[in-house]
Amino acid sequence: MSLLHEVFARAKSENRAALIAYLPAGYPTADGAVECIAAMVAGGVDIVEIGFPYSDPVMDGPTIQEAVNISLVGGTKSATVIETVKRVSELGVPTLVMSYWNPIERYGLESFATDFHAAGGAGVITPDLTPEEADDWIAATDEQDVERVFLVALSSSDERISKVASVTTGFVYAGAVMGVTGARASLSDAIEGLVTKVRRHTELPVAVGLGVSTPEQAHEIAQYADGVIVGSAFVTAIANGGPQAAKALAQALSQGLSR
Amino acid sequence: MSVDEVLVMPDLRGHFGKFGGRFVPEALMAALDELDDAFRKAMVDPSFLAQLHDLQVNYTGRPSPITHAKRFSEHAGGATVLLKREDLNHTGSHKINNVLGQGLLTQRMGKTRVIAETGAGQHGVATATVAALLGLECVVYMGEEDTKRQALNVARMKLLGATVIPVTSGSKTLKDAINEAMRDWVANVQDTHYMLGTVAGPAPFPEMVRDFHRIIGDESREQMLERFGRLPDVVAACVGGGSNAIGIFTAFIPDSDVRLLGLEAGGDGIETGRHASTIVGGAVGVLHGARSYIMQDDDGQTIESHSISAGLDYPSVGPEHAYLADIGRAEYRSITDVQAMNAFKLLCETEGIIPAIETAHALAGALEIGKELGKDAIILVNCSGRGDKDVETAAKWFDMNP
Repeated sequence: MSLLHEVFARAKSENRAALIAYLPAGYPTADGAVECIAAMVAGGVDIVEIGFPYSDPVMDGPTIQEAVNISLVGGTKSATVIETVKRVSELGVPTLVMSYWNPIERYGLESFATDFHAAGGAGVITPDLTPEEADDWIAATDEQDVERVFLVALSSSDERISKVASVTTGFVYAGAVMGVTGARASLSDAIEGLVTKVRRHTELPVAVGLGVSTPEQAHEIAQYADGVIVGSAFVTAIANGGPQAAKALAQALSQGLSR
Repeated sequence: MSVDEVLVMPDLRGHFGKFGGRFVPEALMAALDELDDAFRKAMVDPSFLAQLHDLQVNYTGRPSPITHAKRFSEHAGGATVLLKREDLNHTGSHKINNVLGQGLLTQRMGKTRVIAETGAGQHGVATATVAALLGLECVVYMGEEDTKRQALNVARMKLLGATVIPVTSGSKTLKDAINEAMRDWVANVQDTHYMLGTVAGPAPFPEMVRDFHRIIGDESREQMLERFGRLPDVVAACVGGGSNAIGIFTAFIPDSDVRLLGLEAGGDGIETGRHASTIVGGAVGVLHGARSYIMQDDDGQTIESHSISAGLDYPSVGPEHAYLADIGRAEYRSITDVQAMNAFKLLCETEGIIPAIETAHALAGALEIGKELGKDAIILVNCSGRGDKDVETAAKWFDMNP
């Protein structure tokens, strides 16, 4: 069993959902990101998603756009992302990269999978790579034992959920809102139904993200999902209070995850 | 590759060779499938086609004429330069062809709101126009930089009842307006259609926008045979995203003797890196939902494009152009700001036609290839838009302000 699946299994045995946290590489700085993530892990984060900063983040709201912009202006390169993966996975947590497709394509699919694996990375989330376009990526990641994570949305038909599930190996990422990343006051009731639908097509863990920011929301989602993904709220916490604030948020969120 | 194979592009998943496809969040897949379905059904529905035809004739004013630019031709090595007058369409550019089609599709899908991106403002004006005509709510995203360059078109959109949202992220130009429009679409896809204004983006947009614009080339080909008894030697058009160029090229693709010439915006010159010539000076990548030639750095980050023309200031290009370039069916060249502005002024002074600065790139290309081919050649230029919106930019460029 991969480290990623072990962590999901452990959370399940503890009757709780896993806490998955997102932070862009290079935010607030290359070292600062690693420091913040270490604090978040100390606060209870189980799985880490490193964002690959990209110039045209069409799926991100203002909070992550701003963080990514700070990262890119600060000089983040592809090598920074790989180095961040290396340092974070040394903390002992399963470490994924979440990336828009072009930076990976530009890096080279095989090269990226190879270097990512060598850095200790667990898996890659590709939110704008559709299963239909993923043949070469599937081959490259299979070759290097890199887990693939694809997304399903509230608008996904059963047919599409089945297609997404069939190419996913890590966990299925269920988008909690129709829209960009960023904290929402309330989440759709339909999300539980989506998770239930996904489970009909796969035994893989299902994690819910997009718009999730509070311990209350995390608690609600933890009742039916295997993982709760939080991104923008960590970015905001770090902007306001650095690693300590990120750790405090992780603690608050992880307390909400028990069933 | 045979001409027949070229003609059946794209494939069922929207690929033009290795280009095109769909690189979008899963949240948009259902909407793209819905659009694809509505488009395919409409294009074989006589009532849709009749409705579209009626608007093309009685609202847009089609067919647009071909004008023999006699005095301008003297500067093109004596070659005959003909202008397909899309600038005479209602709203002043070719953009109306596409939005009429997509506007009717929006109604057929039962959606009540349209959003659009715009660079020069031509597509924004066209979208606002059709939204007014069909009673749809309209929001146009426009880079803040462009709202300043194209203030007249901002006012036109507002007069037409549209909401114009200046985009302040990134380079504050067309690519960022597209980013913002896509963010809006993901959140409001239930009641909103994204009226993408060019032959870029995820499938079915490149194919659909092409098919709504191909009337330009279909008319031209017929007009050429009727009036001149022959096809042109060259068909020239400016290429940003590439909608007017695909529109006039498509009918001529099977005519292998007709050279297809796309003119990209060269800005300060390819060698300076400050340009928008994605085919001539870019590399293969994925931007805004499709694989094509894009301007990017070693890390896959989009490089900001530069052009005096807001409508061509875009760091990607429609995937079918990438494909036509790759198979050698069309040729792409780069025209600098200086070349374009010289051609702009020349057309004003020799023909009494003020072209859009976008169009001026095609005119500069015609001057160049005319000199190469000599006086027996016939060059058909897509005069894609009129230049009223560019008067201030031009007055500044030529130092004409009092």
